Amino acid sequence: MKLILQSLRHLVLWTVITGLAYPVVITVISQLAFAKPANGSLVERNGKLVGSALLAQQFQGTNYFWPRPSTATYATVPSGASNLGPTSGAQLTNVVNNLLAFRTGNHLANNAAVPADMVYASGSGLDPDISPAAADLQVARVAAARGLSVDRVRALVAQSTEPPQLGFLGEPRVNVLLLNLALDAAR
Amino acid sequence: MNVNDWVQIGLYFGLLIGLTPLLGGYLARVFQGERTLLSPVLAPVEALVYRLGGTAPDEEMSWQRYFRAVLVFNVLGIVSLMALQMTQGHLPLNPQQFPNVPWVLALNTAVSFITNTNWQAYAGESTMSYFTQMTGLAVHNFLSAASGIGVLLAVTRGLKRAAAKTLGNFWVDITRCTLYVMLPLSVVLALALASQGVVQNFKAYLPAALVEPQTTQVQKMDDKGNPVNGPDGKPVMVDQTVDTQSIPEGPAASQIAIKHLGTNGGGFFGQNSAHPFENPTPLTNFLEMLGMVLIPAGLVYMFGCMVGDKRHAWCLFAVMLVLLLGEFGVAMWAESQPNPVTANVVPQMEGKEQRFGVMNSVLFACATTGTSCGAVNAMHDSFQPLAGLMPLWNLMLGCIVFGGVGAGLYGILMHVLIVVFIAGLMVGRTPEYLGKKIQAWEAAWAVVAILVPNSLILLGSAWACSSTAGLAGLGNAGPHGLSEIFYGYASAANNNGSAFAGLSPNSNFYNLTLGAAMFLGRFGVIFAVLAIAGSMAAKKTVPASAGTFPVNGPTFAVVLLGIIIIVGALTFFPALCLGPIVEHGLMVLGRTF
Repeated sequence: MKLILQSLRHLVLWTVITGLAYPVVITVISQLAFAKPANGSLVERNGKLVGSALLAQQFQGTNYFWPRPSTATYATVPSGASNLGPTSGAQLTNVVNNLLAFRTGNHLANNAAVPADMVYASGSGLDPDISPAAADLQVARVAAARGLSVDRVRALVAQSTEPPQLGFLGEPRVNVLLLNLALDAAR
Repeated sequence: MNVNDWVQIGLYFGLLIGLTPLLGGYLARVFQGERTLLSPVLAPVEALVYRLGGTAPDEEMSWQRYFRAVLVFNVLGIVSLMALQMTQGHLPLNPQQFPNVPWVLALNTAVSFITNTNWQAYAGESTMSYFTQMTGLAVHNFLSAASGIGVLLAVTRGLKRAAAKTLGNFWVDITRCTLYVMLPLSVVLALALASQGVVQNFKAYLPAALVEPQTTQVQKMDDKGNPVNGPDGKPVMVDQTVDTQSIPEGPAASQIAIKHLGTNGGGFFGQNSAHPFENPTPLTNFLEMLGMVLIPAGLVYMFGCMVGDKRHAWCLFAVMLVLLLGEFGVAMWAESQPNPVTANVVPQMEGKEQRFGVMNSVLFACATTGTSCGAVNAMHDSFQPLAGLMPLWNLMLGCIVFGGVGAGLYGILMHVLIVVFIAGLMVGRTPEYLGKKIQAWEAAWAVVAILVPNSLILLGSAWACSSTAGLAGLGNAGPHGLSEIFYGYASAANNNGSAFAGLSPNSNFYNLTLGAAMFLGRFGVIFAVLAIAGSMAAKKTVPASAGTFPVNGPTFAVVLLGIIIIVGALTFFPALCLGPIVEHGLMVLGRTF
């Protein structure tokens, strides 16, 4: 009986300390010190919310760079991955389709090498980035569709490319949403 | 692997080894009740907790009472956490107006978070209110971690004390653990995560206007919401325009910090640490990987300090490190091989994120399953067969590679007892461990502690494989399906919580059987461990003699490593042959399912 009472009292106490005080303190400090990242790295255009720099959006038009394949078609609530295994027939179908779509969409040869990040679906279904190689293969198509020079588009890609963080952490990457917004703003 | 990969690996393991004695020394001071840097601030809070908690800090508990305290506290936690989920629709901080969680899922989730498993049969962003996440799930991230460390402390005292009846006070242990260790580290990590882009607020989800609205074809629905088929029996398709994206929000950073530090692993979002809002940059990924192993490794050193044999602690540490490095090596090799089934496109990026790449995904997978964390930053289900085998093998060994906070070390100590017992039998003397005689009682309970999760894995998987309800949840066919089931029960019984997530676990069958595996795997082992601790405490300390098997040299480390691998292999090798190993062969031949 004594243990039950002590348990209940400790449950209430710790709920107040770790379940209310702790997250509220973290929220207050985060909102004061780094409001932009703590609110979802929101991106606005002309005062209108158009997305988050951290969440992929679907792009299919020839005038935009395309993000990585998403099993949940870029849904956010909830997002998802394929979870297909290495001997899955469905996985093979996806790979063949993604290869074909990327090659024909970008006017590449039938046997052209395609970067793996454009062939395989991401883990979150919302991967905001593609590899620099994947961006490079899309430059000619986007430039033609927009009537921009290839060099101009390539320069915009370079601006949106992030090297490994602190010089050595993670992989180099191109943020697709930010790149496409920069394209829309370019002339 | 390129130079950056090697630098990251070197930095990761370097920091792990370097920080272990620092944190371990601090942990030893905290749990021996000594003053620390934080005492001036936290000592008054600690005293207040004891007063409001009705706790006399110098009251000592027998092993039976300690176990009852763990059990009562945790069972009441399950009940209250279930109640919270099942009433969240009527509670505050629910901007998305999520309905009450159904009881089967609520039970599974409650058991999952109380047992430090954090298996998730739901996606947080579409199921749980902020209130449930914050005052329910996150709270038990702290408390389940503290419970595990409490049990470890009881065992440590059992080894240290001589002719004693008691093992310490559970309430004091969880209080000190939470206040002096988990909370300060969580504050630091949470703020670091938030500064990098992990969300931390109480806002409702925001609608963003898509830059390029999308039109897709969907099946037409009638007024009652039923799909409409044309006269030819084919579905009638209509255009549907999607022009907004809902941006999820919530108090995520505070919960994700303790998710890693407490080796819990339950994500704020369904896709866990693969989700850009849960793990936005390579830096957060590095911190999250480090956060998982930091406290478990520190506890090993703390154990050495408290029992007075640091070399023994370094032996345990070395065995763990060798296991982790070996698994990482195999997994990295396997994941770098081309897969003929998927047209040999490399690197294997299915289920991985571009910002992490292959190396950081594989290292994360090994660290998260070696500890009992269970967070994932890549989908283990999509790993190559032998790369997926390594996380699975980690689970089957009982998550002892640094292990869950507390649970990993008391898990490996059970293996140590077996080693000492076998070594003693070989030289024909009564075995001793740290000056305590190991007799039938200790050896028997150590075997129980090892067999409980192993039996749960094999029996649970067998049941799932032979029932329609079990097979209905499979996401992949062929041998990979067996791996999915195996992984599920291995993860639950060893309180890890990661998954081969193709398995759909939100059915009555899986919610209930996996829930039972989590509960028995946690408290069955804790009972055996505390039974040993109580018996050890009661024994007198005998001085080491020429016949004592030294536990602080390389011979001991090698034998321990051998015993761990042999016990694991004997138990699981036949089953693993039918899963990942045969799948590897079929993959090389290009077979699909």
